[in-house]
Amino acid sequence: MFNKLFKSSKATFQTFNVLYLVLLLGGALYALKKFHNYMDIYEEVILFGSVGFFSWLGWSWNHFKKIMILVFVTSLCAIQLYQGALNNNEQVFLLKYLISSQSAIMWMNVFFVLSLLLYWLGLLKENNLIDDIASSFTSVAVLFGFIGLLVRWYESYLIGLDVGHIPISNLYEVFILFCLITSLLYLFYEEKFNTKKLGAFVLIVINAAVGFILWYTFDRHADGVQPLVPALQSYWMKIHVPANFIGYGSFSLAAMVSVAYLISSKKILTSYLPKSAVLDDLIYKSIAIGFIFFTIATILGAIWAAEAWGGYWSWDPKETWALIVWLNYAAWLHYRIVKGLRGSILAWWALIGLVVTTFAFLGVNMFLSGLHSYGQL
Amino acid sequence: MSFAVSMLVFLGIASIIGTILKQNEPYENYIIKFGQFWFGFFEKIGLYDVYHSIWFLTILLFLVLSTTLCIIKNTPTILKDFLVFKDSLEEKSLLSFSHHLVIKNKKSVNTSKILYYLKEAKFKIKEKSKENGDVLIIAKKGNYQRLGYILTHIGVVVICLGGLLDGNLIFKAQEIFGYKKIETLDLPASKVPEVSRLGISNTSFRANMTLAEGSSDNVAFVRMKDGYLVQDLPFKITLKDFRINHYSTGMPKSFESDLIISDPELSQDITKTISVNHPFTYKGIAIYQSDFQDGGTRLNIKLRSLLNPGNSQKIEGKIFDKVKLDKDQITYEFNDFKKFNVLHLKEGEKEKPRNVGPSVTYKVRNNAGQAREYLTYQYAMPIDGRSFFISGMRETPQEEFKYLKIPADAKGSIEEFMLFKDALQNKTLIEAVAKKMANQSASEDKNNEVKESFEKSVIKLMILFAQGGFSKIAENVDKNIPDNEKQKAVQTYLKIIDIASSEIYKDRLNLPNKELNQSRIIFIQDALNAYSDMFFYGVPYYFELISYEQKEASGLQLTKSPGQFWVYLGSLSLVLGIFSMIYLHERKLWLLIKAKGGVILALSSNRKNIDFENDFRKLIQEIKKIIH
Repeated sequence: MFNKLFKSSKATFQTFNVLYLVLLLGGALYALKKFHNYMDIYEEVILFGSVGFFSWLGWSWNHFKKIMILVFVTSLCAIQLYQGALNNNEQVFLLKYLISSQSAIMWMNVFFVLSLLLYWLGLLKENNLIDDIASSFTSVAVLFGFIGLLVRWYESYLIGLDVGHIPISNLYEVFILFCLITSLLYLFYEEKFNTKKLGAFVLIVINAAVGFILWYTFDRHADGVQPLVPALQSYWMKIHVPANFIGYGSFSLAAMVSVAYLISSKKILTSYLPKSAVLDDLIYKSIAIGFIFFTIATILGAIWAAEAWGGYWSWDPKETWALIVWLNYAAWLHYRIVKGLRGSILAWWALIGLVVTTFAFLGVNMFLSGLHSYGQL
Repeated sequence: MSFAVSMLVFLGIASIIGTILKQNEPYENYIIKFGQFWFGFFEKIGLYDVYHSIWFLTILLFLVLSTTLCIIKNTPTILKDFLVFKDSLEEKSLLSFSHHLVIKNKKSVNTSKILYYLKEAKFKIKEKSKENGDVLIIAKKGNYQRLGYILTHIGVVVICLGGLLDGNLIFKAQEIFGYKKIETLDLPASKVPEVSRLGISNTSFRANMTLAEGSSDNVAFVRMKDGYLVQDLPFKITLKDFRINHYSTGMPKSFESDLIISDPELSQDITKTISVNHPFTYKGIAIYQSDFQDGGTRLNIKLRSLLNPGNSQKIEGKIFDKVKLDKDQITYEFNDFKKFNVLHLKEGEKEKPRNVGPSVTYKVRNNAGQAREYLTYQYAMPIDGRSFFISGMRETPQEEFKYLKIPADAKGSIEEFMLFKDALQNKTLIEAVAKKMANQSASEDKNNEVKESFEKSVIKLMILFAQGGFSKIAENVDKNIPDNEKQKAVQTYLKIIDIASSEIYKDRLNLPNKELNQSRIIFIQDALNAYSDMFFYGVPYYFELISYEQKEASGLQLTKSPGQFWVYLGSLSLVLGIFSMIYLHERKLWLLIKAKGGVILALSSNRKNIDFENDFRKLIQEIKKIIH
């Protein structure tokens, strides 16, 4: 009986997977049919490459699949509601208060703040129900964030056909991307390691980014869509930037888990937090995945630079700092894998790594000049 | 190993220095920044081009060497481990593994079932029967992980070597031995001596070339330290046209150059359009759109004398050329022309940036050689609801521009201001106006003396103003009037200037006895302010751009980098290596099935972590299930 039930649920699971693939592939084919005049071969490859990537992610992680289906459906609704006129984001109720790009991003911010508070409440009260709510709030925030980005992508084309572009071209947009990627990575490990106690730490770094988004929106009024400067008009942006942010997200995650590790090793909150071996493993896994993506992103960046700036490596400040970040984590992994180093030294090191990474991400734009001057504060 | 790590740390620090200190700036900038002594010292240790300094390259070479040694040292062991199944282990050594399990069992063990399970679990298997009837199963998986070590290290070495191939090591050597020398004088390319030229056979370079529209060239320049080298090219490049396309906001959308490449080896020229992100490669030399500048735009200029109406004159200029005005002992040097200027006219708020039209940057140099820099826009631009002609002036490049704001008239032209300005300097008109004012104010008391003295003081005041604007008046007040009466005097003066200039304005614009409307009153105020600022403008002419014939120049970058292929290949090896090192889990398994019954199982890995523990637990479960 039980076996049979299990089998049938497995079958549903498979159907669900196929449905997901059909949805992704259908979307891509529709886009290809409708917009192939505006795409070059590379962009078509990227389109179907992302179908592959997102199917793979969805198949290996059910929760992600659910989020993505909701994201696609809601974004399509939003696009329908726009009816091709940008000012509908002030007219149509649902757009104005829920799923226009700016509103969705504000909802994302709200849910991230709430998740942080709830995670801490859940941690200190040792209440699993609150943890569960916090975790679903994080998922909801991710949902809203993705809707916000996708709708923004559509909105950018409503501003002007030549203005439209993927929303990962300035600091405001990449901070949203950072929040989303970091949360997704965290949610993945939360499920895999079956612990919701680390959200209290990881959500801190995400909320720092939320703070930045709010400051950027309300103080700097820098949340508008800007057309792309010539150097950024390349299909490479669609791969280079996300790959980099998977790196940044993972390194941040590792650093926040390191904070938990260090606190726990000082006998604070120890009984509330997962075992130190689990934390240690999570730090390692997170840095490992970040390192791979950061390596790939840097290499892709070099290939792009060879096309845009006339050389794969110009010792531009951003490039140089990327190298420093890379060397830092390469050494970290080397000491852990080859030398078998363990313990709080690595946790401290991962934390310092975040400082270096933050400087490479933000500090370079703030204090040093160079070719990467798109995201100026 | 610690040697390599300290080298890496050193490399990191050096790289940081290179990002903080701006590299490859003109040497004067460094002298200004550090002073002569430190400038020389920093130059000696190569801080202005850290990444190409001898010591930096030496560190890189050492890194390559030590990594290579690592590879050579470790590869045999790794390969051996990769290829060989260790089948010589005895029962005793299996028991000494940290992760082992002894299953006591009387029944005979179903070996084929175990083998089937291991195969399903993706193990590679070897079976060995021992003399005493025992069977040893040796299984392993994920052993490509070990190759990851070799791949990553080879990747690093290949990337570094590729990079060195594209670096300037060969030139460095030639420079040290005196075969090549950096040229520091500003010579035309054809006059640069052989010792500062890089031949066509040069295998790697990164050079720049600026072509004006319609011109062509077959040499490029490599900037180096405080000078340059000339790179000869095996073909000639002609710039047919250079275009900038704009978004509706005025932001540049694309830079494109139409090039013609003429190679003596080809019967036909190659035509090609390049743009940012879309270079063109010919004969291993990639041609990039890198920047742009003016290519010698022709300018038609009217110099309108600010002090002497008769002195206005027309001149013709060209960007990068000079025009000398013999009479005034000054020289106009035209530096740059911009057709589009996208400016934020209102600070901060959501006002969109807009295009305000062409501008010219030029210097006016006096006979003593001192120069002021000017930036003048062709058209009036809207500021605070009014419209002004803007011209900036600064005395040194470090300063911000100070702007002269001349109000435009209702037609958007500068004529009305010029007319008014001339009138303010017209003595006859001033006298007439003064008389009129005196008559009007004195009609009540009929005192001729008062009337005359008032008339005289109006004339004196207006002539003072004509000679130096408000500041001249202030100077006069400071000098001649006691402190306690100053404020009152200033107020009276300002009022008189107001009335007198309104009268002058009305006279010149043929608006006698009319009440002036608000916009004209504001115009007069702005004009008086502009008139006063004129005396600090530093040159007796207003620069009016009548027309222009734009000529642009495209900045091309030419690179030849034979190392690129190797860098990419090394990168591929690096990525594959990292993947296999992190995501392949090496597992080695020994299963000793004893003839007497019972099984000994041992699992090992070169990395013992949570995953390993989990794998071990799962393996025990499965094997137990099969055996029992």
